[in-house]
Amino acid sequence: MNNLQQLSALALWGACVLYAIAMVAYAVRLSRVAELKGTAASDKVAVSVGAEAAHASSLSSASSVTSQSSSSSPQSSSSHGGPAATQVRVGKRSSATAQQPSAPKNGGDDRATKALGIALSATFVGAILQAIGVAARGIEAGHVPWSTMYEYTISGSLVAVVVFLVVQRKRDVAYLGAGVTGLATIALGLGLTVLYQDATGLQPALQSFWLVIHVSVATIATGIFGVGFVATILQLLRDYRVSEPRQVNNRFLRMFHTPGVRVIKGNRFRFLEAVPTPKKLEALAFRLNAVGFVLWTFTVMAGAIWAEHAWGRYWGWDPKEIWSFVIWVIYAAYLHARSTQGWAGRRSAYVAVAGFVAIIMNFTIVNLVFQGLHSYAKA
Amino acid sequence: MARVKVDNYAVADAPRLGVRGWLRWIWRQVTSMRIALILLLLLALAAIPGSVLPQWPQNPGQTKAFIDNNPFLGPLLDKTGFLDVFGSAWFTAIYVLLFLSLIGCIIPRAIAHYRAMRAPVPTVPRSLARYQPAGAEQTDVDAATAIERARAELRPRAGLLGALTGYRIRIDERDVVGRDGKDGEARGRELAMTADMGHVRELGNLIFHISLVFVLIAVGAGTLFTYRGQAIIVEGRTFTNAAVAYDTFSHGTGFDPANLEPFTVRLNSLDAVFEPSGRPKLFTAHVTLQEPGKDAVKKEVQVNRPLQVDGAKMYLQGNGYAPAFTYTDGDGNVAFQGPVVFLPQDSVYTSTGVVKVPDVTSGPQIGLKGTLLPTAVVDGEDARSIHPDPANPVIYFTAFTGDLGLDAGVPQNVYELDESKLSPVRGDDGKPLVVGLGLGDTITLPDGLGTISFDALPRFGAMDLRADPSLPWLLAAAISMLVGLAISLFATRRRIWLVAPLDSATTVVLGAALAPSHDGGVGAALDRALAATSGRVPDDDEENE
Repeated sequence: MNNLQQLSALALWGACVLYAIAMVAYAVRLSRVAELKGTAASDKVAVSVGAEAAHASSLSSASSVTSQSSSSSPQSSSSHGGPAATQVRVGKRSSATAQQPSAPKNGGDDRATKALGIALSATFVGAILQAIGVAARGIEAGHVPWSTMYEYTISGSLVAVVVFLVVQRKRDVAYLGAGVTGLATIALGLGLTVLYQDATGLQPALQSFWLVIHVSVATIATGIFGVGFVATILQLLRDYRVSEPRQVNNRFLRMFHTPGVRVIKGNRFRFLEAVPTPKKLEALAFRLNAVGFVLWTFTVMAGAIWAEHAWGRYWGWDPKEIWSFVIWVIYAAYLHARSTQGWAGRRSAYVAVAGFVAIIMNFTIVNLVFQGLHSYAKA
Repeated sequence: MARVKVDNYAVADAPRLGVRGWLRWIWRQVTSMRIALILLLLLALAAIPGSVLPQWPQNPGQTKAFIDNNPFLGPLLDKTGFLDVFGSAWFTAIYVLLFLSLIGCIIPRAIAHYRAMRAPVPTVPRSLARYQPAGAEQTDVDAATAIERARAELRPRAGLLGALTGYRIRIDERDVVGRDGKDGEARGRELAMTADMGHVRELGNLIFHISLVFVLIAVGAGTLFTYRGQAIIVEGRTFTNAAVAYDTFSHGTGFDPANLEPFTVRLNSLDAVFEPSGRPKLFTAHVTLQEPGKDAVKKEVQVNRPLQVDGAKMYLQGNGYAPAFTYTDGDGNVAFQGPVVFLPQDSVYTSTGVVKVPDVTSGPQIGLKGTLLPTAVVDGEDARSIHPDPANPVIYFTAFTGDLGLDAGVPQNVYELDESKLSPVRGDDGKPLVVGLGLGDTITLPDGLGTISFDALPRFGAMDLRADPSLPWLLAAAISMLVGLAISLFATRRRIWLVAPLDSATTVVLGAALAPSHDGGVGAALDRALAATSGRVPDDDEENE
């Protein structure tokens, strides 16, 4: 037991606990916001959209000269709502535009705001702790901290949380928080209890700078796909909640569909009222999955180059290679499904879910059960 | 014989599709997005058995054992291609159809895109009022300067890359008409600029798909012109590059093995470093490479650092021990001397191998079946190795006498003993005799069968030579695929319009933009263009909305 090892384990456990707290806080906040929306039923605008509305209103109140010069003034398109009116900008920008998107106005509800504050700060501190834990592990092992399943788990979940925090800075995606921190809690907990291995030196096959490139990009891609997966799941749940139940003819599917829809439409899933529309969630999931797909393409390419260096062939249908290929093809199918008639929306979302399931398979079953050249992941 | 009908309608008078019609229908189906999607999902599904079931090309030993252990399922799966998924007819059919679909889809789109790229940029719409985001900017320069500033701001990149990835710009001078519903009445002149980057996304998409086709072509060409061979070199021995010198050698139909350059590689020594726990740490093969007509050079080969020679690469794929023996037969003649490759069976290098001595002076042929324990620990009856380093190497032998079967001319596995015509040498208790032999020991076999000594324990390196001339092409195609993919996913269709009146005292530039809703940067881009007309600092944080 050396100090670094203890530091790493302590920091990771701390992060795990903080993520669990954050998850609860996000959930409380979501349900509170949904409650508020239930009371203010007339206002259909989602809270997370509220940030944009606030932004738009701040724009129209900016210190600007409104021009109605007859030669160039556009027709006032009242049907489209206010902000279409053009303002002529002169000189410096106003400072009033600085709006914190992470603090949406939900009728000045203290409980929701407080819960969100707790959640975000717990996530943030958790991410810092986890980063310390991962770094300590890397220093202790003397190599990049993603050479075994345990290391891959702690690094991948860190990426997911960081991706969430980065996106959260740009736009309000706090509704993803419960899912992301939940995934991170599970990943860290499983990593520390089940997958844990003492740090060792690198095997000869892993002694390559491609370990840094190939596996780090794979880790990042996994983290991003993870956040996209949470968005997709929310999209599907919300979609089932808000839309009319469809007639399912298949008797087997109906066994799951009918009670499933009843539960989703029930009170327990009222928090779904607080998440954006399926369309917005779909757009967010697509952007994340698109980034993930490009990174995954790079992962597979870098892996092929490394395999060429280490094993003398760039592609040999090793189980890991097969599953990387399967993941790539599924997400390619997802990107195509989005623009195929009859597949956009729910069906393409299911394809994306299948893609993430394949990622989890690739990481768990393929590492633990199948024999292959990538087997050192568990060693 | 009745005429074969291509189609069979319920209504006799319905117009027939005919052969051409059917072909056209099939082509339409194959090139449709829906079929491409289903083929993609099928491809993913079809690949999975390849990871679950043992595969011939990857693991012939396991596959054979699987067939033997499953007398019903094994042969059935083998016949239906499930034990060689990636060479099976159905997997090939899926990806060939997929690529047909891709090509059929890409060619018309490429032509259409080429036309669209050459077509002029569309003009500015008469009214910008219905577009969001929109803005207006007051500037004290004249309209021409203002528009020119915006143009320079939006398209600062020059050259081909700029033309491919930047905005395409069109500037018109036109009458101001019909703004307030008074059609046809000119109200002065104005400058109108369109900046369009809609072509980039589609371009990236096309690059991606065309590159995919090239990846497939490169892979196909690679299998034609590739060759690979495996050879085991024992420390101190020299290997000469020729097809017959390899233990296994395979090549594509486009490669003539006579073209192999006869260079030699001598394995001077092989360093294998293990951690105390037995985990491997470092393998280094120190070799001397002698190419014809060149000076001999010393090189190091490591697991991730192959030796580059003759357009090919030589990889260190494995290593192990090749214990050296001397066998002296009953007549006192040395019948066998030299190292014998023992193949490691586990992580502590418990290795097995056989010694075949066909050329004895008199009497039956001798075969020895041995197990090498590099660091042997004897625990009662059992002996096992606890570390891959040769701290206490012991070889346990069983000797066989009889006919080795080598004289029949049938090729034999050098790592196995054909025991069909051999009988084990038995000890006094009647059981097959097992003898332990430490390094430097000599043991006399019973029944006047001679002596065997364990002289030395050199290592061997398993080398893998491989050449694939398609690799640079494959890499180029893959990189262009990645670039195309990134462009097609991250570039946005975006159009920005600016209008500036020519004849008014104060220039107020109107701007608007058209972009899909997920394009978060369009507002900032429009603001940049507008800000450039007056020299204002653009609002950077508008991108963060």
